[in-house]
Amino acid sequence: MTDEPNINPSRRTFLRGSAAAGAGLMATAAHAQTADPLITEVQDYASGFGDPVDAAPYGTPISHEAHVVRRNVEWLTESPVSSINFTPIHALEGTITPQGCAFERHHSGAIDMTKQDYRLMINGLVDRPLVFTFEDLMRFPRHITTAFCECAANGGMEWGGAQLEGCQFTQGMIHNMEYTGVMLRDLLAEAGVQTAGKWVYVEGHDASSNGRSIPLEKALDDVMVAFFANGEALRKEHGYPVRLVVPGWEGNMWVKWIRRIAVYDQAVEGREETSKYTDLMPDGRARKWTWVMDAKSVITSPSPQAPIRHGAGPLVITGLAWSGNGRVTRVDVSTDGGNTWAPARISGDAKSKALTRFHHDMNWDGSEMFILSRAVDETGYVQPTKQALRDIRGTNNVYHNNAIQVWWVRADGEVENVEIA
Amino acid sequence: MSKSPEFPTILAVTGWATAATVAAFVMANTGHAPGEAVGVPMGSASAEASPVTDTVAEAEVVPAPAATAEAPTTAPAAEIILAQAAPEPTATGSIAPAAAEHPSMPANPLGLGRAALSEEIDAWDVAVLPDGTGLPVGSGDVETGDEVFAANCASCHGDFAEGLDSWPVLAGGDNSLTDPRPVKTVGSYWPYLSTVFDYVHRSMPFGSAQTLTPDDTYAITAFLLYSNGIVEDDFVLTNENFTSIVMPNADGFYPDDRAQTEYPLFTGEPCMENCLPGTPQVTKRAIDLKVTPTDADGKPAGTLPVLSDAPAIPAVVQVAADEAPAVPEPVAEAAPVAEAPAESAPVETAAADPALIAAGATVFKKCSSCHKVGEGAKNAVGPTLNGIVGHDAGTVEGFKYSNPLLAMAEAGLVWDEANLNAFLENPRSFMKGTRMAFAGLKSEDERSAVIAYLASLGG
Repeated sequence: MTDEPNINPSRRTFLRGSAAAGAGLMATAAHAQTADPLITEVQDYASGFGDPVDAAPYGTPISHEAHVVRRNVEWLTESPVSSINFTPIHALEGTITPQGCAFERHHSGAIDMTKQDYRLMINGLVDRPLVFTFEDLMRFPRHITTAFCECAANGGMEWGGAQLEGCQFTQGMIHNMEYTGVMLRDLLAEAGVQTAGKWVYVEGHDASSNGRSIPLEKALDDVMVAFFANGEALRKEHGYPVRLVVPGWEGNMWVKWIRRIAVYDQAVEGREETSKYTDLMPDGRARKWTWVMDAKSVITSPSPQAPIRHGAGPLVITGLAWSGNGRVTRVDVSTDGGNTWAPARISGDAKSKALTRFHHDMNWDGSEMFILSRAVDETGYVQPTKQALRDIRGTNNVYHNNAIQVWWVRADGEVENVEIA
Repeated sequence: MSKSPEFPTILAVTGWATAATVAAFVMANTGHAPGEAVGVPMGSASAEASPVTDTVAEAEVVPAPAATAEAPTTAPAAEIILAQAAPEPTATGSIAPAAAEHPSMPANPLGLGRAALSEEIDAWDVAVLPDGTGLPVGSGDVETGDEVFAANCASCHGDFAEGLDSWPVLAGGDNSLTDPRPVKTVGSYWPYLSTVFDYVHRSMPFGSAQTLTPDDTYAITAFLLYSNGIVEDDFVLTNENFTSIVMPNADGFYPDDRAQTEYPLFTGEPCMENCLPGTPQVTKRAIDLKVTPTDADGKPAGTLPVLSDAPAIPAVVQVAADEAPAVPEPVAEAAPVAEAPAESAPVETAAADPALIAAGATVFKKCSSCHKVGEGAKNAVGPTLNGIVGHDAGTVEGFKYSNPLLAMAEAGLVWDEANLNAFLENPRSFMKGTRMAFAGLKSEDERSAVIAYLASLGG
């Protein structure tokens, strides 16, 4: 009671100071001019009971977050079972993507597989062709790694020009999880790779099988056969019970529902590594085996789905950066279209081949801005502009668009996806 | 073409640590197999090392930035070695010590798993490689392929492999790869014939994968070669002559060269001030295209909700009117829901179970790639299905039905629940020669749900 008189004057002083500093805060202050009933009146939740335990034995997000979901762009594909949706990165923070809203890409739908029925075969140029059950896999030494999984076509709709409104749609074919599993090299060692073996081919149980060829060096390096993501079993749509994790490399190689691992002396050159996931260049030839996802970043807020609604004054710019070639060492932010840049803060850990969060705290004067972010990774690679990529690759490349994204922040706080020159 | 000359450049830059690891791995795992005659002489390890060394030599010739060459080895090592900090004792009692520069493999297999039986390998290993490895014995001619294609593939890919709607175009597109809109087909783009056989045999028809025999697959492959002008109409494709076919775009691919052609351009200290010659102007706006999914208020789908009932805005800008409609969004969403029961009322009034209908709507996603429903639905690969339950078969206006369906319609087929149930359980057995490539719904629950859903759709 004794300190009560001190609270009100100091709060008023605070409000006066803020109002003088920025017009945007005046509205906030105005709310406080009449007593807020949320404060002065006892609310039901402060008097009665909330949910009991077990109201949701495995919880889902609170209903007020119902807008934070994966979303599909229907015109992109003919069939929802061979399609893709997008992670709501505009609404997420930190670096870990919850499985429930991490983008999905299926080629014949997400299949329903049990651990009991699960089998994994290793054959080809190995000494001992083997079959593993799920229980067998759980007896190999277990490892943990955090990695981003980015579809090679992330941003692919933007090659020709700004097309979709929202970083969920322009950069949302990405997720980042902490995986627990066994190393592919340990499974290969169990079968014994023969000297002629140069490539490891991995295919899934689903009808598409989505087979991909991985050079032996990568297979022996950091490729994981994972069962858990973010501490829980893989969700169905992420390959339950077993998927491949190929850190830094394009998402199509992260085969789900793995059924077979085969060692060959050559790449299989299946449909997903010839007809698709090859990068057509201006001379009519195409790059193949373009596995690495180069350094990239995007401002996730403000962005078209996350406009500025608080007016001028303090503004948090937040975004994600990543590199398939290692660790992100720096992210620069520009608010003037790329004329001047300032280093953003890397918040939390910057892990190799994993999403990295950056923040840039600024005082917005309420005028229009072109906001951009630019990632630099430990190899010294600097995320290029879209024009720099087009100069080399043209506009029919489809895949591997890691260009700088430009958002146009209007004075009213709305944000648009634009290209500038 | 797929051997060492094209060994990926990305591997080349991984350098000595990786090359040494491969050699060590091969030695460790061929030398310590318990109780099995592995039969790989130790000398083979050094033989193995030489081609890898060659790729290192290539890397030195190419001016790749030094920093780039470091990354692939150092980055993963840090993460994995951390995870291996406390190696557990294994069934065989030991784990090989980690090499300083790279994670190691166990020296001994753990004895997990069981031997794969040859019939199991035959069942699952259906991969066909560019050099013909994995081709089953068999053959198929163009004419047969035309028939098999018409029955199994044409409903999406078109009678001439031209591709219906947005389904993949498989033929044509010659010399289009430098066009503003290239047409990437089997003939214009695919470098290997093996890819066609492999993919068709394992993954097609869409929704009925692994139902085509090797001979069917040879025939379809022969037909696609013919459709692309690569063979004549009397051609017979066999496992014997398969590798003699050279695809038109066989030389159209080269391994990733970003490390040479792009990384040097994009590496270095970036500009921080006065980086642009002038003031940037907007040249393209996504908003002009209007192709983004939207919420009921017209904003991009998923736009974060307004949290304050009186959003603060800078005094100079007037957007209050624009912001207002965002609030009553739930009302707008409620409207279509309210309409649905009204529409369903006239049809199959029995006892519409909302939960069953909802389940059916989910099941219907398997059908919706070919069948459109709802207001404004148009015929697609399959006919529209509004009001189909209880309706005479073969009467959707403007849809070109298959002959078997027309014959059964002529004979009085009505799509009542029983007939739909039987058709959906096994389309090809119910209607021999149907062009519906869908394998069917084996689950009775799914069938009854999807029929309830269809019954809920007005005519």
